[in-house]
Amino acid sequence: MAIALTFQDKIIPTDKQGYLLDHLLWQRELAFIMAKNDEFELTEAHWEVINFVREFYLTYNTSPAIRALTKAMKAEFGAEKASSRYLYKLFPEGPAKQATKYAGLPKPARCI
Amino acid sequence: MTVLNTQIASTELPASGLAIINSKAPFSSTHGKDALDVALIFGAFEQKVSLFFQGDGVYQLCANQDGRLVSIKDYLKTFSAFEFYDIEDIYVCQQSLANRQLAEDFHIDDVQVLSSIDFGTALNRHQHVLRF
Repeated sequence: MAIALTFQDKIIPTDKQGYLLDHLLWQRELAFIMAKNDEFELTEAHWEVINFVREFYLTYNTSPAIRALTKAMKAEFGAEKASSRYLYKLFPEGPAKQATKYAGLPKPARCI
Repeated sequence: MTVLNTQIASTELPASGLAIINSKAPFSSTHGKDALDVALIFGAFEQKVSLFFQGDGVYQLCANQDGRLVSIKDYLKTFSAFEFYDIEDIYVCQQSLANRQLAEDFHIDDVQVLSSIDFGTALNRHQHVLRF
């Protein structure tokens, strides 16, 4: 189902799953709107991951698969927050999939 | 005698894992990007994968290239994320570099420069080989 995102009187183009087509159009406020449409609440813990995933994408030009994400997060946040268990608790539909969406990034092609 | 021992040792090692050979320059075709995608998928599933660069494929390791200048996503930036996918064995053919007058200077760390013979030996240690 296509969701038309309207933000500050502008239409933000997304794919049919709601991922932004242009990650440069992303803003923090946009993530709240996307999450609201999904009836999903973003806490500070979610933001930690969202910001991290976005930073990863901007650095490496790719959205991380879950294993790469946990490995990369380990260095930054320590082992406790870098487990897939912790991440799945935050993002039950799949951390890589959900966090990249709210981070305004394309859906990871090799998404596990 | 030393040579003989080496040969025995190398034939006794069981072949394992996947080798991906990169033999095309970046951005002129999708070969490089396709090879990268396969490598990351294997890495994401904790499968052992090694990368080999030979022929024009060595251009993929040269610094200061940006695909955006030719309207292609710069997938070479993703090479720096290999550590998160446990991709640690990266080999480049010395002869291929020399033929193109390229320095042994790469945009990622831990690249092993091998002579043609050692390059072939390293390749032989793998059970499967994909060529791009």
